[in-house]
Amino acid sequence: MKLQIGNIEIRDIRFAPLTEIRDGVLYINERELLEKTAGGDQRIASVEAFIAHPGDSLRIMPVKDVIEPRVKVSGAGGVFPGYCSGVEQVGDGVTHVLHGAAVVTTGRIVGFQEGIIDMSGPGAEYTPFSRTHNVVLKIEPAEQIDQHEHELTLRLAGLRAAAYLGEAGRAVAPDARRDYQTLPLLRQAAQFPELPKVVYVYMLQTQGLLHNTFYYGTDVGRIVPTFVYPTEVMDGAIVSGNCVSACDKNPTYVHQNSPVIHDLYDEHGKTINFLGCVITNENVTLMDKERSSNITAKLVEHLGADAVIISEEGFGNPDADLVMNCNKLERLGVKTVLITDEYAGRDGGSQSLADSTPLGDACVSAGNANQLIHLPKLDTVIGYPEVADVIAGGFDGSLHEDGSISAELQVITGATNELGFHYLSAKSL
Amino acid sequence: MTKRIVHYINQFYAGIGGEDKADHRPERRDGFAGPGMALGAALKDAAEIVGTVICGDSYFNEHPDEVTPQVLEMIRGYAPDLVIVGPAFNAGRYGMACGMVAKAVSEQLELPVVGGMYIENPGLDLYKRYGYFVETANSATGMRQAIPAMAALARTLLAGEQPAGGYIERGLRKNYFAEKRGSRRAVDMLLKKLAGESFATEYAMPVFDRVEPQPAIKDVRRARLALVSSGGPVPKGNPDHIESSSASKYGKYSLKDIDDLNAQNSETAHGGYDPVYANQDLDRVLPVDVIKELLRDGEFGSLHEYWYSTVGNGTSVANAKKYAAAIAEQLLADHVDGVILTST
Repeated sequence: MKLQIGNIEIRDIRFAPLTEIRDGVLYINERELLEKTAGGDQRIASVEAFIAHPGDSLRIMPVKDVIEPRVKVSGAGGVFPGYCSGVEQVGDGVTHVLHGAAVVTTGRIVGFQEGIIDMSGPGAEYTPFSRTHNVVLKIEPAEQIDQHEHELTLRLAGLRAAAYLGEAGRAVAPDARRDYQTLPLLRQAAQFPELPKVVYVYMLQTQGLLHNTFYYGTDVGRIVPTFVYPTEVMDGAIVSGNCVSACDKNPTYVHQNSPVIHDLYDEHGKTINFLGCVITNENVTLMDKERSSNITAKLVEHLGADAVIISEEGFGNPDADLVMNCNKLERLGVKTVLITDEYAGRDGGSQSLADSTPLGDACVSAGNANQLIHLPKLDTVIGYPEVADVIAGGFDGSLHEDGSISAELQVITGATNELGFHYLSAKSL
Repeated sequence: MTKRIVHYINQFYAGIGGEDKADHRPERRDGFAGPGMALGAALKDAAEIVGTVICGDSYFNEHPDEVTPQVLEMIRGYAPDLVIVGPAFNAGRYGMACGMVAKAVSEQLELPVVGGMYIENPGLDLYKRYGYFVETANSATGMRQAIPAMAALARTLLAGEQPAGGYIERGLRKNYFAEKRGSRRAVDMLLKKLAGESFATEYAMPVFDRVEPQPAIKDVRRARLALVSSGGPVPKGNPDHIESSSASKYGKYSLKDIDDLNAQNSETAHGGYDPVYANQDLDRVLPVDVIKELLRDGEFGSLHEYWYSTVGNGTSVANAKKYAAAIAEQLLADHVDGVILTST
């Protein structure tokens, strides 16, 4: 598969009579955006749209998902297959990206598991999404909706909005283009026979409400590990329904820009031969964990890889999946590097993982999510500040009278992202 | 201006006596004593040992609650800039005393602490996070190497700098922003591992303590049982506001008038799993309905009146251990024989 990504740099977003991109500015017809977002879904009671720029004194909470507007210009299928298009295999052709823009969904809380994005102040340093121009959609469901339905309704609405905005880039000449290509396995192996072969083991959390991930629209919890061309995810083949403890969950945006894939492609043909990805799940039962890690190890061996990068999603229970994947691959002679984050306590003095293996000798840390942070009052809050006391990482009294918030880093969307999308790490003193 | 240091040592190094004098009570002496002389010389002009606090190892370890504040007050009286403890080498009780002093000084006086211990000294494991401890030999024959190393750490800390090394890792994890993003660091580490070059893991995997299962209860029909859960089962409305992640507390709730958990009387506080099915029927997390039925049928002896609940999600192991110890104490006091422990 060969995909050309054309990045259209978006420097600003404004509401205007016509949705279009001119000179790096995304103009949006607000009424049309709201209509497309609602999509005639009767489970939606209301949609409001806001624009948040880097540096604004503005907080968004509770954040459910962040999505990058993209459009498939040529090649089979469309973006977000299984949702906004059919289920053709994507990842081939040309895709345009509204680079620098993002759709952020918020609204009444679904569980107590969603995140915070600050556009300025100390919180902004911890989230990658303080650097994008965000179209914030506050979506409220009809009253009688249950939690699973609520999550699904907002997930679909966010994807529709991103696909609609992406269309504005269809005929626009990109500022930069780059080709990504992965050949069918035997030809790929033969292309750089002298280079070590690397596979990316891409773990996706699949544990129910606000803990789910989808591939071509299907619940990844119900698949067995499978091979994925790296370019498929750039077209939105993986979609997030996961924002619990938002610091280390992968919004759809992060899958679209999956950082291990991009950094492995940077080395592809130079120092390594990047064969592709194996996606696997993180289910709740031991039998599921055993089955998935067994099949993951078998598949990686079958593909002939010398080494893998394994990224985790989440913490605690999924630490067991990470350790099983690591152990089974190392025992097959496949070298592993793991990416995880840490829950070392607020003082950093506790052990960081819920499971452990001496074979995990190469580990990248995305930081300690228990660290306390103080988020000062910002002028505007889109959403519901009072959920600070109940979201994962918050506590009774997190929201102060002056509007500031004290909480653990856990609350910040993307702060300790385990795909390695951000810069935070931790070291031992 | 010369910085001020207080030195803590035991009765042996103060020249008071050996094991026969280990019950020596805390005392203070102006200036240096024992190994303080060599330390003072190694510190050169950077600092002066203005006082020495001494306690017998047995007395300290047998009366920690009484001795610790006394020693702390003596140290405070000298208005030091830094405190040095030991070196304790492999002396276990001396190491524990040095550790307790380090903890009190760092927490209550908020001053840096420098010490020295043998790597297997039990005091190190418990207290290394409270000071900068040089790794020493296992006996006083290592004094000649320990003193300059400790003095060097003290000089660095007194200059307001973070030592680059030369001490046993304190086990404290501190966040920082790296120059490269995580994925790139992973690729770099992979390239090194593939090339057989040395690489530095960013997190050394922990070694877990494993709990041996207790022997089976011989006669369950006479046993007293209790319910404990880390799945966050709480009365409706979560009266203690137990956090959905990183719980700062546990709750204790009466089972006296409850035979069944349901959507009206209970819910889960846990933020780490799909709560929908737990909230429909919380017996799925904490089997109150079944335990009450078995109790009525005489399948076991009696039931402890309360259930204990916390949220395991994102809760540090250190905190989990603390809550477990507190809960266990109450269970033991009520002569509980067995616990049904549920997680999620």
